[in-house]
Amino acid sequence: MSTVPLPAYLTLALVLFCIGLYGALTKRNMIMVLISIELMLNAVNINLIAFSKLGPAPSIDGQVFALFVIAVAAIEAAVGLAILFALYRNRKTVNVDEMNKLNHSS
Amino acid sequence: MSGEVIAFMILGFMAVAGAVMMINLTKVMHMMIALVLTFVSVAGIFLLLSAEFAAVVQIMIYSGAITIIMLFGIMLTNHQDESPSKVRPLGKAIILLGILGFAAVVYAGIYNLDFGTESARLHADNTEKIGISIFSEYVIPFELLSVLLLVGLVGAIVLAKKDEKEEGDS
Repeated sequence: MSTVPLPAYLTLALVLFCIGLYGALTKRNMIMVLISIELMLNAVNINLIAFSKLGPAPSIDGQVFALFVIAVAAIEAAVGLAILFALYRNRKTVNVDEMNKLNHSS
Repeated sequence: MSGEVIAFMILGFMAVAGAVMMINLTKVMHMMIALVLTFVSVAGIFLLLSAEFAAVVQIMIYSGAITIIMLFGIMLTNHQDESPSKVRPLGKAIILLGILGFAAVVYAGIYNLDFGTESARLHADNTEKIGISIFSEYVIPFELLSVLLLVGLVGAIVLAKKDEKEEGDS
């Protein structure tokens, strides 16, 4: 029997998710926003793996889902950085406030 | 207090400390180092949850690949930035309030959650079970993921490569 209860893992994942959300909303460097999103995906992975062991129907499926999430997160990081490089070549900035070329009012 | 609880507390504290340091440090390079601490601690949490394969993948992909690619991103753009936050204190307070409200609502849902079930055999032949599951039950998502990886690879190259035609125009 596991001695660490399920809510402990879920609460840790919640704390990490909230820190990542705060970073994604307040940071102004686009790389930091991408990293914060990675942190949020990591918190989701903790949830998936915790439910795969301590959920109502324990099975290996949660771990398989976590691996899929990791793969999609890696693709997202690569494509996000490629967009960042393209933007940096054209605008010479990584600040998300200055990336307003599609904004009509400015 | 058993060893599992102690390990969970240490790993959880390290993960949260790394994340908080990531938010509060000003130099981008230091943030990455703090983030590696968080990723490695989360891998330890995976080990506690008897997901050995996922733990190794976490260390390889997150604290290896993603950290390195983000470091390249920092070094190829202006890494001298101290990244000062230009969000006004009022906006920050509103964001913080919203996130605290979200956390309170979710915590009210999970703090008493206990299904009383546990699969004790997940750690035995972990990688073999994952392989059987991926290549029998989840073979279509797996193939879709391979297509997604190819699209991501080509898309990243097309986006990041220099556009010579446009440079000639301007």
